[in-house]
Amino acid sequence: MDILVCVKRVPDTSENEIEINSEGTDIEREDLVYSVNEWDNYAVEEAIQIRDRVGGSVTVVTVGDEDSEEVLRREMAMGADQGILISDDAIEGCDGKGSAKTLKAEIEKGKYDLIMTGAQADEGYAQVGGMIAAMLDMPYASLVNYLEILDDNKLKVGREIEGGNTEMNEISIPCVLSIQTGINEPRYVGIRGIRKVANVEIPTHGLSDLGLSGDDVGEKAAKVKRVDYFVPETGEGAEMLEGDTEEKAEKLAEILKSKGGIK
Amino acid sequence: MEHVLISPANATILGIPAWILAVLIPVVGIGAFAYIIARRLIPLAKAESDPRFDRIPLRIKNVLKFWLAQYKQPRYMLAGVLHIVIFIGFLILSVRSISLVIVGFNEGFVMPGLSGALGDVYNFLKDYAATLVFLACIVAAVRRIFFKPERYKVPPEYGEDHTAEAVFVLGLIGALMVFESLFEASHVAAQLQEGMQAEFLPPLTLAWFFSKILGGASTAVLQPIHTSSYFLHDLIFFFFLCYLPFGKHFHVITSIFNVLFMKLDRGTIKPVRHGVSEEELDNLESFGVKYFEEFTWKNMLDFYTCVDCGRCSDNCPANAVGRPLSPRFLTLKSRDYMFERFPVLGDIQPKEPVVGKVFSEDEIWACTTCGACEEECPVLNEYINKIVDLRRGLIEEGNVPQSLQKPLGALEKRGNPYGMMEKKKLDWSKDLPEGTEVKVLDKNNSSDTLYFMDSATAFDERLQEIAKATTTLFNNLGTDFGVLGKAEKDSGHEVKRFGEEMLFQTLKEQNTEAINNSGVSNIITTDPHAYNALNKDYSGIPQAEHISQYLLRQIRNNQLKFNPVTDSELVFTYHDPCYLGRHNLLYDVPREVMDSIPGLNRVEMDRCRDSSFCCGGGGLMLFYESEEDMRMGQKRAQMAAEAGANVIVVACPYCLVNLEDGVKTSGMEGQIQVMDLTELVLQYMYVSS
Repeated sequence: MDILVCVKRVPDTSENEIEINSEGTDIEREDLVYSVNEWDNYAVEEAIQIRDRVGGSVTVVTVGDEDSEEVLRREMAMGADQGILISDDAIEGCDGKGSAKTLKAEIEKGKYDLIMTGAQADEGYAQVGGMIAAMLDMPYASLVNYLEILDDNKLKVGREIEGGNTEMNEISIPCVLSIQTGINEPRYVGIRGIRKVANVEIPTHGLSDLGLSGDDVGEKAAKVKRVDYFVPETGEGAEMLEGDTEEKAEKLAEILKSKGGIK
Repeated sequence: MEHVLISPANATILGIPAWILAVLIPVVGIGAFAYIIARRLIPLAKAESDPRFDRIPLRIKNVLKFWLAQYKQPRYMLAGVLHIVIFIGFLILSVRSISLVIVGFNEGFVMPGLSGALGDVYNFLKDYAATLVFLACIVAAVRRIFFKPERYKVPPEYGEDHTAEAVFVLGLIGALMVFESLFEASHVAAQLQEGMQAEFLPPLTLAWFFSKILGGASTAVLQPIHTSSYFLHDLIFFFFLCYLPFGKHFHVITSIFNVLFMKLDRGTIKPVRHGVSEEELDNLESFGVKYFEEFTWKNMLDFYTCVDCGRCSDNCPANAVGRPLSPRFLTLKSRDYMFERFPVLGDIQPKEPVVGKVFSEDEIWACTTCGACEEECPVLNEYINKIVDLRRGLIEEGNVPQSLQKPLGALEKRGNPYGMMEKKKLDWSKDLPEGTEVKVLDKNNSSDTLYFMDSATAFDERLQEIAKATTTLFNNLGTDFGVLGKAEKDSGHEVKRFGEEMLFQTLKEQNTEAINNSGVSNIITTDPHAYNALNKDYSGIPQAEHISQYLLRQIRNNQLKFNPVTDSELVFTYHDPCYLGRHNLLYDVPREVMDSIPGLNRVEMDRCRDSSFCCGGGGLMLFYESEEDMRMGQKRAQMAAEAGANVIVVACPYCLVNLEDGVKTSGMEGQIQVMDLTELVLQYMYVSS
């Protein structure tokens, strides 16, 4: 089974303190560290496990600048067979649809049985997976947390639905799946693993390689534009607990007790 | 001397001259033994190299101390004394046994040098030796059969009980003593009956008792006893020799070599591969141990030498709190696997990954590398290097518990396991008292002394108190010091010990550069893990000191003086951090600092100094979630309470968090206080106004 996984480089939320810049146009990017979007890691792990079971290949692709090559290498150190970097200054300012269109063009250049994305990106809107499926006219399942290959044409996928329940579906391939965290335990990638793939060539595709132009996917084509970033005003009913960790914990326990949250 | 009884060399058995048998038994026995040993050496020949032929005088000294003088044995008094008796007895009797074997075909043979007075002394000694060994075997067997000490138990997941093997061997040893004595006693009894000259049998020895019992027996009875006890001794002797390499009694042969080649440098970790420099690591095909052959030959010798005495697991804190780790079975499982894959008879089995087959991932991660097992082992087996090598293998395969992946990722990106931004490294210094300055060192801004904080002390809210106390102490004592600030990365002590060697190398390079850039001439740290890393894992930087050493020097120089402890209710105890105590032997320094405070009432916990009980581990171990029945910190807090202490003083940030946590979660909050040595010293420091 030939699998393509779309991945994204995002600021690592667990290792950064996200602040908005003074103009309110973006987050403060100085001092940020980046990593692979967490959901994408699960998708790549799942793809590798499928390949190891039934054979085939795993390709990882990302749309971004040259720094994004780092996330491709990380996924290749995990076990992906090849990486493709789509990079073009003209993509700058694209919206989700622009990303989806770019990825669709790349997908059509190859022949894949299965397309995977993370369910969402740390800084995104969980839209690209669905859009790709629609553009490719392929069946789509979102929030997949279980995957089983039934035969050459069919998969069984579990989807997380409300209340922590799982719904089971059969889906024919080729198809697009957006992968939820928890579907597996992604393996660890150490520095040694990354160094081992440091010299593997990663092709870079520009828009012209994909038969697209900036007018198709770039800022001009974007129908969704970011207008503002702001921290919401502290509203009624919200109470910020003060003090050191212990005092905060104590106050929180008190509140929970008084409202009957804990007994 | 005339002999009444026919000696084995002249006897006939069923018409066949007995000397043929007396030659045949040793020839077959030695031949079989040589073959068995050759087979047992096969895995060692296939193993990874480990150059252990350096510092021979020290190694010989270790053999005299740990092997000949049985230095570790009395740590468990009864078992230890029994073992010493049997061991010394064996040494003495080995001469007798060898000459007995020769006497079977060379009548009247006497070991060279033992014909005169020395021989009389020897005979006197060996009769008592045999008797004491016999008694020791009986006591040991009674102990194993009836009293069943807890540490010999075999939990169901590790298979069958081992009592039968132990008692069988005690039986063999006992039988050797009995037949050796019977052989001699029957001869003496016959001589005396005929009124002829006989050897003197020392009173109350086995041989003496037997000679009394046999005193009335006729030659017709004594002759078969004499001949058969000789050949039974001979048979059992060679059977025992060949049986040794099939179980825990292999140590009889291997322990001397195991001690000779023991690890000499405390606190260090073996390189990924011996003979491969740090710069060449990238060229290595594989890291760590994934297949059995990737253990070193010394690791394998350890497995063979294990005595199954259970002392390691009895002291292992992970084992004590129900983590899935027992050092004893880590070794025994490995030994059994070796026996199975490299059998004495039959083909060598194909290689296969050891994790999943011999070891579980959980047991490999459960170890805090506290070193209690190694400290206790009477034959000086190692564990930490093996655990680290197994972890290296797991890391390379990507098999890392989810709970460790985040901190490892953060260490790679941010240089600390908390994922805190580098610029927050000195946030704690904002609350320092007026006038306390914390200088950030670099090329243009130097000091004599670098205070190396390490991640936990810089970022953990509670542990920042150690940083504050330390900087205040430096300030009060007029020590010119500085910190590295943003440029200081995690020391990587646990990164290395969790098997992520390349990440450790990266952190080490960054720190080495920053330290050398700062131009300091000495380093002080409050973190024993950093202390161990800087001194053992790093090179090319100034020697690091632990804060307790600095404080003691200030006390001795009369720079640091104390107000007395006035609260008579306070009972202090000192908890030895593993990386200050066992791995660096700093047991007395922190105690002397405490004892310099007038009126300080200090008690010791049962498990102190080199048998200290790990708090739960530091660095990455704080993030690891093991299956366990209780926390090590809780158990340790309990031990402090049992010692009657209400203040536990530690000298390590991780001990501080783990023990505070242990106290709180055991419901002893308010009854027991935990504090760092720096906090204690600052509290009682006399500052002239």
